Amino acid sequence: MTNNTFILQSSPHFKDKDSVPKIMYAVIASLAPVVAASLYFFRFKALALLLSCIAACLVTEALFLWLRKKPLHSLRDGSAVITGILLAMTLPPSLSLELAIIGAVVATAIGKQVFGGLGYNIFNPALVGRAFLQTAFPVAMTTWIPPATLKIQTATFATPLGNLRFQDAIAEGTLTPLKDLFIGNVGGCLGETSAFVLILGGLFLLSRRVIDWRIPLGILLSLTAFTGAFWLANPEKYASPLFHILAGGLLIGAFFMATDMVTSPITPLGTWIYALGIGIVIGLIRLFGGFAEGVMYSILFMNAFVPLLNRYTRPRILGERSKG
Amino acid sequence: MKVKTFAHGIHPPELKDFTAEKAIESLPPPEKVMIPLLQHFGKPAKPLVQKGDQVHLGQKIGERQTLFSASVHSSVSGKVISVDNYNHPGGNPIPAVSITNDGQDLPFSDKEETKNPFSFSPEEIRQKVKEAGVVGLGGAAFPTAVKLSPPKDKPIETIIINGCECEPLLTSDYRLMLEAPEDILKGAELARIATGAKRIIVGIEDNKKKAFEIFQDKIQNFAGEVALLKTKYPQGAEKNLIYALLRREVPTGGLPFDVGVVVQNVGTAKAIWEAVSKGKPLYERVISVSGQGIMEPKNLLVRIGTPFKNVVEFCGGLKEDADILVMGGPMMGIVQWSLDVPVVKGTSGILAWAAPRPSLEYPCIRCGRCVENCPMTLVPTQLARYVKFDDLTAAEKWGVLDCVECGCCQYICPSKIPLVHWMRVGKNRIITLKQKKSA
Repeated sequence: MTNNTFILQSSPHFKDKDSVPKIMYAVIASLAPVVAASLYFFRFKALALLLSCIAACLVTEALFLWLRKKPLHSLRDGSAVITGILLAMTLPPSLSLELAIIGAVVATAIGKQVFGGLGYNIFNPALVGRAFLQTAFPVAMTTWIPPATLKIQTATFATPLGNLRFQDAIAEGTLTPLKDLFIGNVGGCLGETSAFVLILGGLFLLSRRVIDWRIPLGILLSLTAFTGAFWLANPEKYASPLFHILAGGLLIGAFFMATDMVTSPITPLGTWIYALGIGIVIGLIRLFGGFAEGVMYSILFMNAFVPLLNRYTRPRILGERSKG
Repeated sequence: MKVKTFAHGIHPPELKDFTAEKAIESLPPPEKVMIPLLQHFGKPAKPLVQKGDQVHLGQKIGERQTLFSASVHSSVSGKVISVDNYNHPGGNPIPAVSITNDGQDLPFSDKEETKNPFSFSPEEIRQKVKEAGVVGLGGAAFPTAVKLSPPKDKPIETIIINGCECEPLLTSDYRLMLEAPEDILKGAELARIATGAKRIIVGIEDNKKKAFEIFQDKIQNFAGEVALLKTKYPQGAEKNLIYALLRREVPTGGLPFDVGVVVQNVGTAKAIWEAVSKGKPLYERVISVSGQGIMEPKNLLVRIGTPFKNVVEFCGGLKEDADILVMGGPMMGIVQWSLDVPVVKGTSGILAWAAPRPSLEYPCIRCGRCVENCPMTLVPTQLARYVKFDDLTAAEKWGVLDCVECGCCQYICPSKIPLVHWMRVGKNRIITLKQKKSA
């Protein structure tokens, strides 16, 4: 009976079933309703952009893995696909496929692989790609078309935030109704228009404990406090916090971008500072900056502080005497 | 009743059903025992016998050489056939006394203790515990006499009896709590007398309700109470247990003494009682033989020095696909390469199962789960990185020496990084460096 041979390993010998690919595929699953909504609102445009971004991310990832002599099986971890989906979901529906592909290549190459690939990048790859496009092709990145569901044909169309910021929507009485923002029947990037599906996907991620609840909560809290203060002071000029939460890229940013594990802090306190900071910076840009929207830059801005936050927010060790 | 607990920790599958309802059986003493002279910290004990000597059951065969060590005793009566290096479940060969069993179990001393055990002085209790070679039976095998000798400037207020048994699969403590609650409490009372503590608290996880009820009834005759703890790993880790029960933090680098506490495992408490009331040395202990890879899982009373092979055979043997053999629990136990190793005082269980396919190691994705779950509130992934890049100063500053190697971080890590391994490497290097410096 003693023919068994035994494996040698160090403890612990039990391991949780969750793994990096499982986390990544959970994120992809949580994006399903968002992708579905983008297909519903923007039809073929959405599909073409989505597929080009995913394909470009996978090809770039494969190329870099090959150049870096890394095993190609990392392609299957799902992270490149997520970058592709997230980038597509943050692009204007009218963007040409070439530009989308350039964005995807930059996202994967500059946003992720040059830092050493999965786990080592400082900035959210999808947002790096998007920021590049925004800087290099500012017009294409701010030209909007109405969703197919509105059945109107216009060459240009304003997003709810653009309307608020540059067209004096409150005074004119043309501020987008909250109901439309909630459903998504408005202009905007592919995946950001429907607050409802974003909340759905976000709740799924929270329930699976894939994302840290502190991040969306912290962003919502600080944005509410910031925009709320101005709204209370002058509702004739400033939109309500609820408008700011439902409009633009806030929810996709709070649930899917800022929560990227790799580029958010690992300590609880650091995570709070990071999240609250994102909300404040979004408020600053939206209310006083040169852009109508500030989610992308505020997340990238706070990403830069993550190594610092991790370093200076080490939790107190059990039994460690507090300083002073 | 309010269930007490600590922050963080994990919930691995409990898998206690294999053996929880199985009463403790005695394993027939084997024909030959190999008793390692080192079963704890420190240096091996000095052998007191040589080849050819006749020994009796419970006879001291190894004398402890340092304070933080314990003496060892024969677990059978018979003849010494060799004193030589032998396989040890710790991994490295260790000098061991091999004895053939004559089957007589002739006791070394038959003088019955007549004095009331509770009338002994603290020093007498310590002496008897030391003579009996009692060590902590929870797994770490720390010499119990040392734990019962608090420094004069550190008054002890509470004896905590650890009945958590938070490791999956293990049920030996649970069975002892059901089958010998009075012995455990009497041992706790002796520990209380020896340390001058005021009260006893028995901590039991809420997946052991039956044991909790028994202790609530039996504790009436003692100066103490029973506390229900949340079922969670590592509820039984000393520092977390003290925090859960008393909201006191053992200072970094310190001992439970520093917060007026002494923690004893239930099995150790029973051993204290037997050592003091009957003069019985620690030559046998209860272990759980369990896991999906064991034919008939059991709880067994086993003589120290019994080869794993005999124990496993008594339990119907191993299943064909069993390829992990562990001494201790699945979270902190040590894998074995062979069944030809002896049971030692720290063997709380012998477990076997079929290992799942090894999963790929991914780079750290900074998910923070190791930070979220570390019962010591360390930052395991950062510590692992510091150790990997040999920045020992940073690793020490970030508390690598506070790591208790419970394994929560590695259990939960989705990237399957061997975090505990890196902690061990870091601790080892730092301690070696310090020893070099002071030498």
